[in-house]
Amino acid sequence: METMNIVVLIKQVPDTWSERKLTDTDHTLDRDAADAVIDEINERAVEEALLLKEAHGGKVTVVSMGPDRATDAIRKALSMGADEAVHISDAALHGSDTIQTAKVLASAIRTIEGVDLVVAGNEATDGRAGAIPAMLAELLGLPQLTHARRVEVEGTEVRVERETEDGITHLAAELPAVVSVGEKINEPRYPSFKGIMAAKKKPVTTLGLGDLGIDPSEVGLAAAFTSVVESAPKPPRGAGERVEDQGDGGVRIVEYLAAQKLV
Amino acid sequence: MSEVLVLVDHVDGAVRKSTLELLTAARRLGEPSAVVVGAPGTSAKIRESLAGHGAAKVYVVESDTATDLLVTPQVDALALLAERTSPAAVLVSATAEGKEIAGRVALRTGSGWLVDVDDIAADGVATQSVFGGAYVVKSKVTTGTPVITVRPGAIDAEAAEGAATEEAVEVPVAEASKPVRVTGREPVVAGDRPELSEASVVVSGGRGVGSADSFSVVEELADALGGAVGASRAAVDSGYYPGQFQVGQTGKTVSPQLYVALGISGAIQHRAGMQTSKTIVAVNKDPEAPIFEIADFGVVGDLFTVAPQLSQEVAKRRG
Repeated sequence: METMNIVVLIKQVPDTWSERKLTDTDHTLDRDAADAVIDEINERAVEEALLLKEAHGGKVTVVSMGPDRATDAIRKALSMGADEAVHISDAALHGSDTIQTAKVLASAIRTIEGVDLVVAGNEATDGRAGAIPAMLAELLGLPQLTHARRVEVEGTEVRVERETEDGITHLAAELPAVVSVGEKINEPRYPSFKGIMAAKKKPVTTLGLGDLGIDPSEVGLAAAFTSVVESAPKPPRGAGERVEDQGDGGVRIVEYLAAQKLV
Repeated sequence: MSEVLVLVDHVDGAVRKSTLELLTAARRLGEPSAVVVGAPGTSAKIRESLAGHGAAKVYVVESDTATDLLVTPQVDALALLAERTSPAAVLVSATAEGKEIAGRVALRTGSGWLVDVDDIAADGVATQSVFGGAYVVKSKVTTGTPVITVRPGAIDAEAAEGAATEEAVEVPVAEASKPVRVTGREPVVAGDRPELSEASVVVSGGRGVGSADSFSVVEELADALGGAVGASRAAVDSGYYPGQFQVGQTGKTVSPQLYVALGISGAIQHRAGMQTSKTIVAVNKDPEAPIFEIADFGVVGDLFTVAPQLSQEVAKRRG
């Protein structure tokens, strides 16, 4: 293969350092409650895509589905060095579940010609389904090499070290393929000033559902295959007893644990 | 009574505990049918354990290639059986692999699916804990066959008699999808300590532990309490302890009976991985550490004097 045509998926999520909330009305994410940032694992996905591009030549296209303000996350990826972006934005997508999200992302990826590799984060910090990359492989009919801690491309073959709670699994497949990366894959680069300036001029194509040939009635909260019956914030955990260690801290803990029948 | 398909998670000829938990949950919804996908001879080794937890049927999907492929043999088997048996639900453990399998089965069968469920009621309404335990959500699948992934350790496995009648199933290999080949496996070597996400006691160390060597103070307390060892992200990032033991937003989510935090400040990302623990005990030098806001019992002090004393006292009581 001469050069690589890489698609990298990114998602804007509520910052895990801020208080995250669900809305009272329809139990969807309260996007105004928390700061919105590019999900950290996506920065690693972008980094891995850029490393592959630097090694093999080619192009990195960012694909993101989300409301208008997701452009901030997209710009971040472009300022790191991605070449262009596709932003899927449509009011009808509000409240879509993972099934609908995977279908919309697959449609958008199909609009990009000659894709060799789709790179994604293994699991978003908000939904934590951890299955979108596998679901894209299912929809696109591509091999899935997910939860990678190491990715290698040689010729037309991609090899991955998959790391999960089961241990390490070595995987190999022919391109095109879907890869998802885990925490240990790399350290993402910081955008340079030059990168930030250049990102402003990089092309971002905005696609609505009409552009993807998707009927708005097939997506969104009303068409989701699952529904939330109720949601409630857990009552905050109160602070219990706190003591200063007077040389008997360990003993005091054991006494507490014994009273709770924990030892 | 409708069947409920349960995907059996097995390793080295033994059923994982999470599968027995799934069988227990399945009995609330209908009659459990275990689905065993693996190399020839797998079912023979594990059938008894499935029978002991109420499996009425065991679908045996064995082939020489099952272990050479990733995820797709399980997806093919569950999708075929879901179509053939119209089950009340398909249950899968919410592990990394289980969630990938479930998502693909849901797509293939045109069904909705639920992630990381803590509990399921007889009417199929599932309880989930989201944003690291900040919210409790009840939801249900409204389209197709509910595909539900259950968090390992969330439901207590209960023994029950089942016939575990075996039925061999031939699954045609889907030709459309290109395969991914498994070229090697390095399974996690189980240590003497319980698995982090299944342990009833977890003792974690943070930045305050100060070095990889001093993590032995955390390990000693974990061993005294018969628990697992965890680490905060700060401790993992500083190289004090391996990443597989990280507790928090980007690590494991644990909810043991007892969680002991040693030298952990309690940043929101750490709390997201442990705040559903039943009892939390914290030791930290800094009286302002946010971990004290959620600790049931806190000691402001030096973990290097408090923790060894605690280990000793626990050992004394256990005789």
